[in-house]
Amino acid sequence: MRFDERKEDELRPTTAKVGVIKNAFGSARFQMGKTIAISGVYGPGELHPRRISQSDRAVIKVYYDMLSFSVPDRARPGPDRRDHEISLKIKEAFAPAVIREEFPKTGIYLYTYILQADAGTRCVAINAASLALAQAGIPMRDLVSSVAAGKIGEKFVLDVTKKEEDYGHFVENNKWYGKGAATDVPIAYVPATKEVSLLQLDGEVSEEELKKIVKLGIKGCKKVHEIQVKALKDYYNEEN
Amino acid sequence: MKNTNLKNYLESLAKKGLRADGRKGLLKIREISVKTGIIEKAEGSARVKMGDTDIIVGVKLRVGTPFPDTPEDGVLMTMVEQLPMASPDWEPGPPNPYAIEMARVIDRGLRESGIVDTKKLCITPGELVWIMNIDVYPLNNDGNLVDAGSIAALKAIKTATFPKLEDDKIIYEEKTSKKLPVNVEPITVTVTRLGEHLMIDTTREEESVADTRLSITVTKDNKIHAMQKAGFGSFTENELYECFNIAIKKSAEIRKKIG
Repeated sequence: MRFDERKEDELRPTTAKVGVIKNAFGSARFQMGKTIAISGVYGPGELHPRRISQSDRAVIKVYYDMLSFSVPDRARPGPDRRDHEISLKIKEAFAPAVIREEFPKTGIYLYTYILQADAGTRCVAINAASLALAQAGIPMRDLVSSVAAGKIGEKFVLDVTKKEEDYGHFVENNKWYGKGAATDVPIAYVPATKEVSLLQLDGEVSEEELKKIVKLGIKGCKKVHEIQVKALKDYYNEEN
Repeated sequence: MKNTNLKNYLESLAKKGLRADGRKGLLKIREISVKTGIIEKAEGSARVKMGDTDIIVGVKLRVGTPFPDTPEDGVLMTMVEQLPMASPDWEPGPPNPYAIEMARVIDRGLRESGIVDTKKLCITPGELVWIMNIDVYPLNNDGNLVDAGSIAALKAIKTATFPKLEDDKIIYEEKTSKKLPVNVEPITVTVTRLGEHLMIDTTREEESVADTRLSITVTKDNKIHAMQKAGFGSFTENELYECFNIAIKKSAEIRKKIG
């Protein structure tokens, strides 16, 4: 059994709620296991600085950050190098999905913060952001869904936790997972167009093993997508 | 905004298996040259040219305290600076997200493949370890900087030697012949999608209109250690599998070329 007694292809307990920040045009909270993200969207509106605007489409500005108390050792407030990279990756993950041509010269501001981190923060941030964009009425080809898959020891598992990420490094090998360390592959997927819009990896795998992980990850993204759709429907049902 | 005329032209060439710089083949690599030991003051250095891309990497070693969660491991740090001299689209100023990303992708390739045995960089557990700074400076940007930078970093690390250490103080003027504990030789191959075509070793012109790319770091045993998708476009599942295959084949070819 996995450390948290899940099946190999099972997501952590996942909850989603749309409309959590009154001021924002769109907002959502997304939680997978102990990882919690909250997102707010402002726009389309005026873009600052104006020189970065594009005459034929909207520019998406993404700010990803982790709150100082989201991790065991207090994180210094404000974005670090990792946060800058992830902001860029999130922006690129949404690029194929968002129909930016609808709002030329404008800016769409997407803020996504990690309240608590237990691995998969970029994925959970994307899932929250996706719902926030939808509530803000930004046209998209589909919701973008994201989850990490990986090879932990000798097992292929979905929705990797921090303890699994540390396997073979800070966490000792055990019988169930088997020998080896952890390979972690965050994936974002646009179900309607069957496109992979985020893909990263660190660890050690063969080509065949990697294909298996990608397949598992895409399967997981589809499960996340169902939860996102339900959260959106729930929000609009409650409202009426 | 992307130059659609240029994109159409490059795609029409790609359809015939051609490149704008005269290369015949989407998976053909430009000529690579590697020179090591070019900066005497650095502990290790290398300059790599791939076509008109020119990149220099220096390794500096110093001693310092280890991270609290890895008290017995040396530290590896990678930095990229986009010198405005090297490319018309680079400006002076603090590192932008693209420079940060490039540094982190090169760093991840080195780190995740375990290029250096960091345990062997420990001097006194919990107190003093060797810190390696791998600093990457593109001198002329004609595309494929991650791959060229990774080769230069590998060569600089491989040829680096320790300075003399006396009473926990470094004497930089006195070099030893002791090399860094290098375990493996990772090679990074970036596969770029332009329309429906997958190509490698792209030029700056090609990159200006390309859809998306995937950087894949492979070791000699054909294991994949790091990956990063970048760019506003996306890949289909089958395109990804093709990218994995290209990276494994081409990394072997590059490894042979650079010796």
